[in-house]
Amino acid sequence: MGKLKLYFSACLVVFVLCLLQLQFDYSKLWSGLFKLGNTISLMLPPDASQWQYVLSAAIESVQVAIIGTVLAIVCSFFLSFLAASNITPHPALSWAIRGICSLLRSIPTLIWVLIFIVAVGLGPLPGVLAIMIGAIGSLIKVFAQSIEEVDEGVIEALRATGSSWLGIVIQGVLPCALTALLAWCVMRFEGDLAESTILGTVGAGGIGYELSHAMRGYRYDQALFVGIVIFVMVFSVELVANRLKLKMAKRL
Amino acid sequence: MTLLQVEQLKKVYPDGTVGLKGISFELEAGEFVAVIGPSGAGKSTLLRCLNRMVESSSGTITLQGNTITKVKAKQLRAVRRKMGMIFQGYNLVARSTVLTNVLHGRLGYMNSLKGALGLFNKQDTELAKALLNKVGLSEQMYKRADELSGGQQQRVGIARALAQRPALILADEPIASLDPAASQTVMQTLYEACKADGIACLCNLHQVEVAKKFATRIIGIRAGEKVFDGAPEQLTDEMISYIYEGAKHEEAVGRKETA
Ligand SMILES: Nc1ncnc2c1ncn2[C@@H]1O[C@H](COP(=O)(O)OP(=O)(O)OP(=O)(O)O)[C@@H](O)[C@H]1O
Ligand SMILES: [Mg+2]
Repeated sequence: MGKLKLYFSACLVVFVLCLLQLQFDYSKLWSGLFKLGNTISLMLPPDASQWQYVLSAAIESVQVAIIGTVLAIVCSFFLSFLAASNITPHPALSWAIRGICSLLRSIPTLIWVLIFIVAVGLGPLPGVLAIMIGAIGSLIKVFAQSIEEVDEGVIEALRATGSSWLGIVIQGVLPCALTALLAWCVMRFEGDLAESTILGTVGAGGIGYELSHAMRGYRYDQALFVGIVIFVMVFSVELVANRLKLKMAKRL
Repeated sequence: MTLLQVEQLKKVYPDGTVGLKGISFELEAGEFVAVIGPSGAGKSTLLRCLNRMVESSSGTITLQGNTITKVKAKQLRAVRRKMGMIFQGYNLVARSTVLTNVLHGRLGYMNSLKGALGLFNKQDTELAKALLNKVGLSEQMYKRADELSGGQQQRVGIARALAQRPALILADEPIASLDPAASQTVMQTLYEACKADGIACLCNLHQVEVAKKFATRIIGIRAGEKVFDGAPEQLTDEMISYIYEGAKHEEAVGRKETA
């Protein structure tokens, strides 16, 4: 109990220090409230006049997400079997892959896209690469987790038949882990779509570019329309994804 | 020729637990040997050392004249496919069909890619179907394995082991999770299949009556040591309580050994 109190007071001190250090001008909160009201009035009604551009950019975002996610799924699928501790051909290999994955995960997608823009220029390609790298980092981790949950007995039984490693993996482990892996893929696609909409704001193609373009031109009504399109897009994918996941859960 | 020769087999687990303290025995083709002993005696360890699922610490295992204690990779696969294994928990691939599960017994004979893709040839499929017929499950062939009852699943396990065309079957408490009726069917199936094809069987059992009923020979293990090896008729009640209860009968049986 005493320890808990200590941690709590330490957190409080840090919080207060941060607050003092940053020296907010609290009067701005008040005036900002009025400005926000003003901005909202500028947003309404949403302006859909640029819909062709917005729509094609939205499609581009979806394409970036699809390609990035699918490439990541393919890579992660093969690597995760090497990373899962229960069937890895060598523990060192498992450690190496896991280490690289944590490294990939620790760098945010927005940073990856900036790196890839430097490397391959503007456009959807750096977006695809950034999404792929981010997704690989997390997919391998969760894939390996699901593979590690496969019943040890099944693996033992197939090993005892004299099966090769590949035979054990594809004939024994994969059928047991398949629905879990598919569920992870669907979930990852949801996340990647949301991410791909943001990537355009830094010049990696897609609907994010339309958003920042409208904002920079103070066309808040157009920006709202873009916002609505993003919302509908992400929301409908989530809806479909939830349906899929429900179906998979039933098949379990 | 002796099918299997085990000499001074010892196993110490990495955490220091002694699983086997030096066990020796021989097995002839077609023998049906029951291994009995209390929980933790080392029965599972013994079976798993034989097909190298567990690496023994010392001693030698000779199968059909070849020492297999140290073989690796391809040869190890060839050794394992000569020994079918049956498990207490059946260990079937739950989401695959019954037929596919039996076909898994052929994986040891196939190259890596063919096996992985499940490209079983016609003879393999015919064999698997015939074996399912033999264990009385041809009706259930295309069902998912987890739709079957425990006793049926264990018979699929037997068919999978038989599909390896093994010289030896290692059965680790095949009936421990089954009710008496299903146990009877499973043991009968296993016994008859082994007898028909001259397959030797090493079967860990908890129930002494079952061991006495089916086995041609019984091996008793206690605390990692072989304390009995003989015909079922020789297994007296004193010997049974010696195997299972230990110390207090030691003097009575006069078998005090120095470990
Ligand atoms: N992987 C392991 N690591 C450490 N010790 C182990 C391991 N597996 C088994 N043991 C120990 O080795 C001894 C023999 O175990 P084993 O499983 O072979 O016994 P058993 O005769 O099969 O028992 P049961 O009838 O309960 O199945 C036990 O003391 C057990 O705790
Ligand atoms: Mg056991």
